[in-house]
Amino acid sequence: MFPWFHIAIPPAPALFAQLLVGLINGSFYAMLSLGLAIIFGLLNIINFAHGAQYMMGAFCAWFLLNWLGIGYWPSLVIAPIVVGIVGIAIERLLLRHIARLDHLYGLLLTFGLALIIEGVFRQQFGSSGLPYTIPAELQGGRNLGFMFLPIYRGWVIVFSLAVCLVTWFVIERTRLGAFLRAATENPSLVQAFGIDVPRMVTLTYGAGVGLAALAGVLAAPIYQVSPLMGSNIIIVVFAVVVIGGMGSILGAIVSGFALGLIEGLTKVFYPEASSTVIFLIMALVLLVKPAGLFGRVS
Amino acid sequence: MTPGSSKSRDALIWTVALIALALVAPYFLYPVFLMRALCLALFACAFNLLLGYVGLLSFGHAAFMGSAAYITAHTVKIWGWPPEFGILAGVAVAALLGAAFGWLAIRRQGIYFAMITLALAQMVAFFALEVPFTGGEDGIQAVPRGHLLGFIDLDNTFTMYYFVLAIFLIGFAIIQRTVNSPFGQVIKAIRDNEPRAISLGYRAERYKLLAFVLSAALAGLAGATKCLVLNLASLTDVDWTTSGEVVLMTLVGGVGTALGPVVGAFIIVTMENYLAQMGSWVTIIEGVIFVVCVLTFRRGIIGVIAPYLIGREQPPIAAPSTETP
Repeated sequence: MFPWFHIAIPPAPALFAQLLVGLINGSFYAMLSLGLAIIFGLLNIINFAHGAQYMMGAFCAWFLLNWLGIGYWPSLVIAPIVVGIVGIAIERLLLRHIARLDHLYGLLLTFGLALIIEGVFRQQFGSSGLPYTIPAELQGGRNLGFMFLPIYRGWVIVFSLAVCLVTWFVIERTRLGAFLRAATENPSLVQAFGIDVPRMVTLTYGAGVGLAALAGVLAAPIYQVSPLMGSNIIIVVFAVVVIGGMGSILGAIVSGFALGLIEGLTKVFYPEASSTVIFLIMALVLLVKPAGLFGRVS
Repeated sequence: MTPGSSKSRDALIWTVALIALALVAPYFLYPVFLMRALCLALFACAFNLLLGYVGLLSFGHAAFMGSAAYITAHTVKIWGWPPEFGILAGVAVAALLGAAFGWLAIRRQGIYFAMITLALAQMVAFFALEVPFTGGEDGIQAVPRGHLLGFIDLDNTFTMYYFVLAIFLIGFAIIQRTVNSPFGQVIKAIRDNEPRAISLGYRAERYKLLAFVLSAALAGLAGATKCLVLNLASLTDVDWTTSGEVVLMTLVGGVGTALGPVVGAFIIVTMENYLAQMGSWVTIIEGVIFVVCVLTFRRGIIGVIAPYLIGREQPPIAAPSTETP
C-alpha cells in the first residue's frame, strides 16, 4: 500500500544529495522560466516550444560531439547560437504574423511547433535516451566532509546561477535592457524614438530560445539526451512561472531555484508527493496571491 | 418567410439529416471507430463550451475525461456497479474535480488560465501514475460493459452504438440548450467584454465557474462512456497530449460553432486511425495542422462553411477574438 502518512528522517548524506538534485533541477527551472519571462515580456506569448528548444539544445550538443567531434566547451557556445537562429527563423516566419491576434493563438502556434519538433526527433531517435559524457575537466567529484559533490553538478549550479545573474544585469542595469523594458511597456513610443522594435522582438525571441538551448547543453551530461526531455520539464516550468509571476526577472530566477530545492526536500521527506509538490504550491499561491509571488497585477 | 425562420428551418433539416446519418452509419462503418469518435466529439463539444462561449482556453481537459474513465472503470469492474451508475459516478467525480480546478483557475485569465489548467491536469496525471488503483502503466483493462438498466446487453456492438449515440445526443443537447439560454447569453457577454458584464451586475466569476463545472462534467461523461466502449481506462486519457488533441479538434472544426468540434473530432480520429502504424508521424502532422490552422484558418471548417449551409449573415465570432482592440 501507499504509505501516505509515513515520514522518516533520512541520514544527512541522503538529505544533502537530494538537496543537490533539487538545486540542479532548480537551475534548469530558473533558466527556462527566465527565458519564458523575457519572451513573454516583449512578445506577449507563452512559448510552448520552450521545452522542445531546450531538447534541441541538448541534441545539438550531441550532434556536435558525435558527428563533428566538437566537444562540450565549444558546444556551450555553438548550440545556443544554432538553436537561437532557428528561433529567429520561427519568429520571422510564423510568430510575426500572429503578433496582433489574441495571445492565446501564440500559445497554440508554439504548441503545434513543439509537437512537430518533438515528433521529428522521436521519429529519428525513438523515445530512449542517448548518453552524453561529462567533459574530462569536470569529471570526478570532491568530498566536502558532509557529502560527496560530483564536480559537474557543482559546475551546473554555479554556471547557471552566473548566466541568470548576467541576464538579470543586462536587462535591469544596461542601456540595452532599458530599451527592452521600455519596449515591453510601450512598443510604439519606443519605435517613435527611432529604435527598431521589430528587430528587437526577433532578437529577444532568439535570445530566450538560446537560453533554453544553453540549459539543454548543461542538462545533456546529467540526464540522457532524449526527445521527451523537453515535454517532461516544460509543464513544471509553467507552474513555476505561475508561482513566480512573469512580471519580474529576479522573481523567475528566485522561484526557479527555490522550487527546485523544495522539490528535492520533498523527495527526502515524502517521496510520493515529489512529482506533484510544485503543482500543489501553485494551487496554494493562486489562493493566497493570484498574481504570483513576484507578479504585478495587470 | 422571414430570414430568421428560414435559418431555423435550415438548421432543423440539417439536424434531422445528421441524426438519420448517425442512425444508419454503423451499417457502413466500423462501429467501434464510430463510438470512439462520438465520445471524443462530445469531449470536444464540452471543451468548446468553455473556449467558444466563455473564451477560456483550458489546456487540462484530459484530467476530467481521464478521471471519469478511471472512476467508471473501477466502479464497474471492481465494485460490480451497473454501467449507468458507473457512468454517473465518473461524471460526478469529473464535476467535483472541475469545481476544484475551476475555482483555482478562474482567478487568472488568458494565458495564465491555460497554464494553470495544464499544470493542475498534469498533477492528476502524476497522481494516476502513482496510486495503485489506476493500475499504473497498464491502466484498468477488461472493463465489462454490463447490462444497461439490468436487461439491455451492451456487449452487443449495435446496442452499444445506439447507447453511445444517445449519450452523445443528450450531451450535445445540454450544450446547445445552455448556449442558447439566458445563462448562455451572459457567458457570451462575459467572453466579449468581462468588465462590462460585471458593471451590469453579473457576477462573472460564478458564471465562469458554473460553465467550467458543466464542461468538466460533460468531458467526464465522454470519458466514462469511452471507457466502456474500449473496455479500458489508461494513462493516455489523462495525458497532456489528450488535452492538446481536444484543442486541435475544436480548432480544426471551428471554435464557437455547434458542429465544429464534432467535425474536428471525426477528422482527427480518422487521421489517427489511418496513420496509427506510422508512429510519431501522427504527432508531427497534428503539429502541422495546429500551425496551419492558427496562421490561416482560425474560423475552422464549420466556421467557414456554415454561412453557406444555413444562410447566416455573418459567421459566429470565434473566441479567442481574432483582433485585439
